[in-house]
Amino acid sequence: MTKLKSYATLLGATALTLTGAASVSAADLEFYFPVGVNAPAVETIQALTDEWAAANPQHTVKAVYAGNYEETTTKALTAANAGQPPQVAVLLSIDLFTLIEEDVILPISDIANSEEDKEWISGFYPAFMSDAQFEGKTYAIPFQRSTPVYYYNKDAFREAGLDPEAPPKTWDEMIEVGKALTVKDDNGNVTRWGTRIPTLGLGGAWLFGGLVVSKGDVLTTETGIEARMDTPATLASLEFLLRLAEEEVMAPGGITWGDTPKAFLEGQTASMWTSTGNLAFIEENAEFDWGVGFLPGGDGPGAPIGGGNFYVFQDTTEEEREAALDFIKFMTSPESAAKWSIATGYVAPRPDTWETPEMKAYAERLPQALVALDQLAYAEREFATFQRAKVTQYLVDAIESVVTGNAEPAEALAKAQEGADKILSEYK
Amino acid sequence: MNNRLSIRLAVIMLVIPCSLLVAFTHYPAIQALINSFWNNSSSRRPSRFSGIENYQALMEDDRLAQILINSTIYALGTIPLAIGLSIGMALLVNSRLPGTTLMRLSFFMPTMLPMIAVANIWLFFYAPGIGLASQILEVFGMPSINFLGRTDTALASMMFVAVWKEAGLFMIFYLAALQSVPTNLKDAAKLEGASALRVFWDVVMPLLRPTTIFVAVNALINAFRLVDHVIVMTEGGPNNSSALLLYYIYEVTFRQRDFAYGATLTVLMVCLLGLLAIVQYWVLNRKAHYQ
Repeated sequence: MTKLKSYATLLGATALTLTGAASVSAADLEFYFPVGVNAPAVETIQALTDEWAAANPQHTVKAVYAGNYEETTTKALTAANAGQPPQVAVLLSIDLFTLIEEDVILPISDIANSEEDKEWISGFYPAFMSDAQFEGKTYAIPFQRSTPVYYYNKDAFREAGLDPEAPPKTWDEMIEVGKALTVKDDNGNVTRWGTRIPTLGLGGAWLFGGLVVSKGDVLTTETGIEARMDTPATLASLEFLLRLAEEEVMAPGGITWGDTPKAFLEGQTASMWTSTGNLAFIEENAEFDWGVGFLPGGDGPGAPIGGGNFYVFQDTTEEEREAALDFIKFMTSPESAAKWSIATGYVAPRPDTWETPEMKAYAERLPQALVALDQLAYAEREFATFQRAKVTQYLVDAIESVVTGNAEPAEALAKAQEGADKILSEYK
Repeated sequence: MNNRLSIRLAVIMLVIPCSLLVAFTHYPAIQALINSFWNNSSSRRPSRFSGIENYQALMEDDRLAQILINSTIYALGTIPLAIGLSIGMALLVNSRLPGTTLMRLSFFMPTMLPMIAVANIWLFFYAPGIGLASQILEVFGMPSINFLGRTDTALASMMFVAVWKEAGLFMIFYLAALQSVPTNLKDAAKLEGASALRVFWDVVMPLLRPTTIFVAVNALINAFRLVDHVIVMTEGGPNNSSALLLYYIYEVTFRQRDFAYGATLTVLMVCLLGLLAIVQYWVLNRKAHYQ
């Protein structure tokens, strides 16, 4: 009887301690991430996730590739509405207002409130932190951030008699250089365009934002309730895009984001405007000498900041939040960020990443990677307001209608501004 | 005793399918109708009863007007083309030409592929300069056409992809129907001196009418249901030129998170499809000859 009792208590005690130990800090993390560029992003994220999981055996983490940025946001929000959100996700930095409005995310500053956490938060580039903060709180942590850059084919420059170390810096230079670079065949059809700027969809709107910044204005402000779509800067930017097609520097009509890098690699265009996140892809596949420069600007250099941040969802337990914070700290640590930057070309979100030996070697081997970083000084946040998807659609419609020749720039922009104001008036 | 048992059994056996039908068809439709009368709720603005405001917005929506025109052109283009092509393919495969098995396989292959895969293949095909279509045009000395980047070609490109995908399936239906046409009828017509074309048009086609109705209904459903290629290839196309109604509903509801307006559009779509179904059955059924 006593033996049985002692065995029972022993069993009971072991069971209690095991469950106790398990529930103290075990968390199952589900992590949604998007891929918006041609890069071995999925493998790299999986490798980094596995590294963290190996170092933290009490937690489990499942990295879920959820498509491109828009699809990942849709997926995360749908899951959150159904009561099963991922614990942590990388989503567009500009989705901040949508996520706040739908009340699904938690300010990181609420979880990371110790002194060293606050120091950690202040260690990120301010340019990247600017669109992660709202009403005094930090809602997100930068992860895969970028600016678009001007990639150009140095061999093509040499062929056209241009200096391969001097990419165009202004819009007028772009047109001049572009005309020299365009190659036509005997039938008069263009076989190689001077440049290629995506104009369709969200990618087109992003690059358009850069044009506007280079003319000294911004498309939206940090309040989230103002959209400046009908300004002299936007008009000048649309007219620049039209001029490029008129002067036969760029293909007329809408240009897609997705196959721009491929067109560049196949020699169908001598230069392109696309995210620095395509850098590794170009490096691996380019069969010609290539360089990277600032985006040619209207009145001076200008670029939009883009990319995705880490968000932690609200519908999570204490343990999950701690584990998520730890995971985010690991993924943005200098070593992980170095691996991520080298594999893709994204700009590392923290200055101290550039001090690691891998990044120093990388910067020496591939100086093109530093251009996006240097351009940060002239970059402004991407188009972001409440009801971003709906308001951005007005801008996308305006750009698309103008480049396909279906509307005049002035009237298209006025229409877009009207639509945006109607939606944002509810928030004022 | 037996009677009562069988009625009870019947009711029990009906409960599960009926509850599924209600859960997945009737309940969502009614819920959409209810939702269309309310406004969106969010942490910044609470939901309020807005009556027919959403429907007024529907009437004033320029994008919707463009999209309805697109959907009409799309339906009117793909349905006859798919029917015609599938009849042609069925006749070809049913004939005594060599290689009909290979033809049958290759015509049916597109149907087996998921639409997302098809859309990605055609995305490459249509890419200006580097895609297969442009390379073919180059061979003929013509400039490459920006199929997906021009408002006048985007919708037609989408229609092409849809017809390519569904014609194979319709061919199978027509093949089965062709093989069940009694040969004595065709022989009788030939004896009377009718040409092959007249035999086909006056003898075979009327007998195929039930299949044509079935294929037409399927093609109409597909014209509204299949928008995967729009999502993958053009996202509504340059300036909404290739946007279709279901794509717009998806974009408004899930991308723009405007659930109220999405519900309004859903009600519109349900009414539209109901109307079309009535028209189709009423008009076509009168002339059908069922054996």
